[in-house]
Amino acid sequence: MLVVLKSLYRSRASAFGTSIVLLFALLALIAPWVAPYEVNQQILEDARQAPSSRHIFGTDHLGRDVFSRVLLGAAQVLILAGSGTFLAVVSGTSLGLLTGYRGGWLDDFFMRLFDSLLAIPALLLALLFLGMAGPSRQSVLLVIVIVYTPIVARVVRSVVLSIKTKSFIDAARLQGETTARILFREILPSAIPALAVEASLRFSYAIFLISSLGFLGLGVQPPNPDWGLMVKEARAFVSQAPWAMYYPAAAIATIVIGVNLMADGLRKALQVSSDLHG
Amino acid sequence: MTRFLTRRLLFLGLTLVITSIIIFSVTQLLPGDVARVILGREAGEEALQSLRLELGLNDPALTQYTRWLGNFISGDWGTSYSTRQPVFDVVAQRLRNSLMLSGVILVLSVPTAILLGVLAGFKRETWIDHSISIGSLAVVGLPEFVTGLVLIELLAFRLGIFPANSSIRVTAGFWESLPMLILPAITATLVLLAYIARLTRAGVIEELGQPYVRTAVLKGLSNAEITFKHVLRNALMPTVTVVAISFGWMLSGLIVIENVFNYPGLGRLLVFAIDRRDLPMLQAIGMVTVLGYTVANLIADLLYTALNPRIRLE
Amino acid sequence: MEPLLQVDQLTVGYQSTLGIYEVVRNVTFEIAPGQIFGVVGESGSGKSTLALAIMRYLPVGGLIRNGTINFEGRDLSQIDLEEMRRIWGADLGLVPQDPLSALNPSIRVGEQIAEVLRRHRGMQDAEASALSMAWMEKVRLHEPGRVAHSYPHQLSGGMQQRVMIAMALCTEPKLLMLDEPTTNLDATTQATILDLLCELMEVHHTAAMYITHNLGVVAQICSELAVLYAGEIVERGPTQQLFHDPLHPYTRGLLDSVPRLGRTKRQVRVQAIQGRIPSVEALPTGCIFRQRCPLAIEICEEPPPLFMNTGRRESRCHRWEEIASGELDASQGASPIRPFKIPPPDEQPTLLVENLRVQFERSQNLIDRIRHRAGGSIKAVNHVGFDIHPGETLGLVGESGSGKTTTARAILGLIRPEEGKIHLQGQQVALKLAERTLDIRRLAQMVFQNLNEAFNPYMTIGEALSRPLIRLVGLPPDQVRQEVYRLLESVQLPAHYAERFPGSLSGGERQRVAIARAFASSPALLLADEAVSALDVSVQAAILNLLGELQAESGSATLFISHDLAAVGYIADRVAVIYLGQLMELARSEDLFQPPYHPYTEALLSAIPLVDPDAEKEHIRLSGDIPALTEVQAGCPFESRCPRRIGEICRDVPPPWQEGDRGMKIFCHIPIAELETQQARVFQFSDKGAPEA
Repeated sequence: MLVVLKSLYRSRASAFGTSIVLLFALLALIAPWVAPYEVNQQILEDARQAPSSRHIFGTDHLGRDVFSRVLLGAAQVLILAGSGTFLAVVSGTSLGLLTGYRGGWLDDFFMRLFDSLLAIPALLLALLFLGMAGPSRQSVLLVIVIVYTPIVARVVRSVVLSIKTKSFIDAARLQGETTARILFREILPSAIPALAVEASLRFSYAIFLISSLGFLGLGVQPPNPDWGLMVKEARAFVSQAPWAMYYPAAAIATIVIGVNLMADGLRKALQVSSDLHG
Repeated sequence: MTRFLTRRLLFLGLTLVITSIIIFSVTQLLPGDVARVILGREAGEEALQSLRLELGLNDPALTQYTRWLGNFISGDWGTSYSTRQPVFDVVAQRLRNSLMLSGVILVLSVPTAILLGVLAGFKRETWIDHSISIGSLAVVGLPEFVTGLVLIELLAFRLGIFPANSSIRVTAGFWESLPMLILPAITATLVLLAYIARLTRAGVIEELGQPYVRTAVLKGLSNAEITFKHVLRNALMPTVTVVAISFGWMLSGLIVIENVFNYPGLGRLLVFAIDRRDLPMLQAIGMVTVLGYTVANLIADLLYTALNPRIRLE
Repeated sequence: MEPLLQVDQLTVGYQSTLGIYEVVRNVTFEIAPGQIFGVVGESGSGKSTLALAIMRYLPVGGLIRNGTINFEGRDLSQIDLEEMRRIWGADLGLVPQDPLSALNPSIRVGEQIAEVLRRHRGMQDAEASALSMAWMEKVRLHEPGRVAHSYPHQLSGGMQQRVMIAMALCTEPKLLMLDEPTTNLDATTQATILDLLCELMEVHHTAAMYITHNLGVVAQICSELAVLYAGEIVERGPTQQLFHDPLHPYTRGLLDSVPRLGRTKRQVRVQAIQGRIPSVEALPTGCIFRQRCPLAIEICEEPPPLFMNTGRRESRCHRWEEIASGELDASQGASPIRPFKIPPPDEQPTLLVENLRVQFERSQNLIDRIRHRAGGSIKAVNHVGFDIHPGETLGLVGESGSGKTTTARAILGLIRPEEGKIHLQGQQVALKLAERTLDIRRLAQMVFQNLNEAFNPYMTIGEALSRPLIRLVGLPPDQVRQEVYRLLESVQLPAHYAERFPGSLSGGERQRVAIARAFASSPALLLADEAVSALDVSVQAAILNLLGELQAESGSATLFISHDLAAVGYIADRVAVIYLGQLMELARSEDLFQPPYHPYTEALLSAIPLVDPDAEKEHIRLSGDIPALTEVQAGCPFESRCPRRIGEICRDVPPPWQEGDRGMKIFCHIPIAELETQQARVFQFSDKGAPEA
């Protein structure tokens, strides 16, 4: 872990990205204590105030402190994107290991299913699902898992396919190792580099997806401090209070760029071939 | 070639069947009670029951699905719950607009992206490469609404070059709409540009490391011959596939962009239909989008196969 | 005569973050017009860097630090890129090791030849393609019209290399760089390509620098050669003298480490060179070979100059005069020759394989499966049967695609044969691995072919070795560690290697661990698949001896699989020759190398370049390349290339198994007695050529 972190700081770009990510994670962690205002605290007489010492990012049309909301929104989006990515990685890894190693009809079935899922543009699938199931944090989480599981599974599967023909797997079979041990001890470690890179990319796309859904009003619902949602709400008042729109937008841009730079550094450090599919 | 084509078409058919099942299940089975969705909360049990009968909602799921698919294939896409218009006509109109916008996006992004990618690949580890790489990393994952809003602020509000709003008449012609298409197209282009350029660069760098490049140099060929005849021919082949994949990206991006710019395409229709829970409309949009994406992939596959002699046609 | 190429004090370095490493140092030699000059070296010797530096084509970070490269009166090290472009392809050509990757995959091969002619001969399209056709005929590509319109991947390896040769020679350059041009080819193809190269270079009076690790090849085709070690030329001289009286201990060591065709381990023991080649980051002071040299004394801590004797010979050894006068024998420092003790074969074989048949289904996709369409099958191994007794080594020798590895995998249950019976210690075992108990699995273990894939890169050597002990032997956890150390010791590796990862081990060390792993469960049968092929010759010898010794101790039966007939003949007691999935001949090692042979064995023996420049040899060359398995007819699979083919019967009727003396068996229509009268001994070493038994 420390080694990876060190190698991330070897190039300027990935050091910058990693620092951004770490900074956001830290801010999200301490947000409840450092945010100057409650998340939905409305100070109506302060509505649409330009950034000042009282409200460093200004206030929105309802008099809510933009800085506090951006800060608390960070915690929300990082947790949601993080847990969604985590679950997708876990389910995708399990499916990828199993289908790749077993092959046969199981593999055929899941590959057809995944191909089909991937043939539906991610946002469309997410919107259809959320539109029908009703938008909520749980639905958004589920959507992230559904949309990204096939992608992770395909990455893992391709590693499995390249590893399972190697002779050390034959050696393990000759030694009578169990399938579980072959999958998790012999094959999985080889997939970790690709998986780490994929997970960081998925994390970035998850933030992308969550905020896009928020912006369309079909993700996390008001009055949550979701960045995309904040942009959407503030847009109607953009001529009077542009800061209420631009600060959350800037937050999204910064974290996404940070994660991308970090993922690229990770890819170079772990020498995973460049492949941004999906 | 015919065998290859039939196989590809069969796979395409299979994918479409599975996606149609997914779309049907998500839209028709998930909401629980479609009749209540249509009639609203206050509807009486009797009215609900009769509508269920009329729509065949009491039939087994499989029957409902095959009936729905049959209707869809025969062009009967139903009537919109919200506007009471035939879905086919509305979707066709909006599809035309979305295609118009996509065309502009592809024309803007693909050649530029390939040029940048090739440049970065050949000038590897120079300042040109670094600025292209870092620049593309910076925009590759940005949500379209963020870039869109920034562009509106800069190019529409501050500089006043393009209109901020792209709400054209639904039936407006291409040349009439073109000025309104530019800003949304630039927004989508930024993201695609980064994506295609990065993969093109990777392709060029990979080819440059191949031993046949050494052979070409040691034959005494000129730089131009080595670059254009030997390297680019191989390096640009995968780009065909990349463009097809980015087409899928663009479709996702269009949903957001059309909403940012109030552009009357499929994406805006989609959000509208979700708001109204307009099931036939949603199903049609879903199917049309998937069809477009898979066909684009098929074309890319065929092109790639035609270009690449290494893939043997059975 | 004025030399064509004169390399003087050439030093080549690589720039790394830690400084500049000099991978080639003070190299001096010359090549006369029309001469084939050999550069012999093991991996890490810097031989490819040397060739690329002379061609002025060094990768990023590579630079010529010192010295001159005089080529036809110009110093190539001083020439600019534009002038180099006029020399490349016109006066200086390259034939590399791997033709497939060296050819552009998406340009037709005819055009790839023609563009050189247009560039350097100023020809127009029609003229260039006509001449490129003519050259394809000269390199004996049949149907040049069809070949010219093919893409590289549509041609066989041998044909691809012919295209490369045509491409390099069509402008009639003065000098060719041949960088292991036949290393990836099968023995029979290699022989025809070497003949072709020599013939064409003689006709066009082309000189060549031939880079290889293969002592046999240089012995056959080079008039003079240099031995490169860790970036320095340690010895240089005319080929015959250098082979007969090497003046440097390293050359002696190399010659002693190669198994000679037809000599078994009972006659002469191959000698390994101790230690490993130093890395460029940690070169020893003084003589570069000092740490591994059996003759090293105090003076060797001084860097030796290049000594020159009265002939055209040079040696970079302080003690060359003692060696030359015969006072010192470089081999004497190594351990004495000791025959292996092998228990006599008893009644029950350890392994009995009967009628083994393996088919590969052509890949079927989902839709084919749904439509129940047979993908068609390829017979990879066809009715193979043999037995191996305790303590015995059976060699299985064959070229690529012959089904050697498939046979081994089928015996182990790693792939499922179509039919056949496998008996281990008299007990018939299930064909599927999943149905074999752990007790059965521990009976047969394998040393795998690919060294880089044999170990999980994320598992320490200790863990890798402990697994068979835990799973197969059922050792209690507290004894595992001790046993791992014992295993490491048995393959002469220190105990602390248990903590290391496979990536940090050299090829030879990895192979030792692989052998330790295979022996961990004390198997009755060991299958060694190309166990030494990926190793340098000096390391090869150590592994061959280690295998032999461990086997002698444990009394296990061994199936030794290789494409290298000399190595097989050395280690094996009996040899089975396999061609396209069909056993051709089975004979005792001593008998295999003298008539009567199967016609295929005869051709194979003739194709192998002998490590003796004066050896006499029958010249038998096979036409064409090894056919695809799909093209094999009902009869003898060798029929299409057999020089002794007697008629339609060979194609249509499977030959009988004829039995000869001492258990020898031949799969051929020609009666053994007739073969015996027709065939002569294929090769005869010169007396001085090799150390005698």
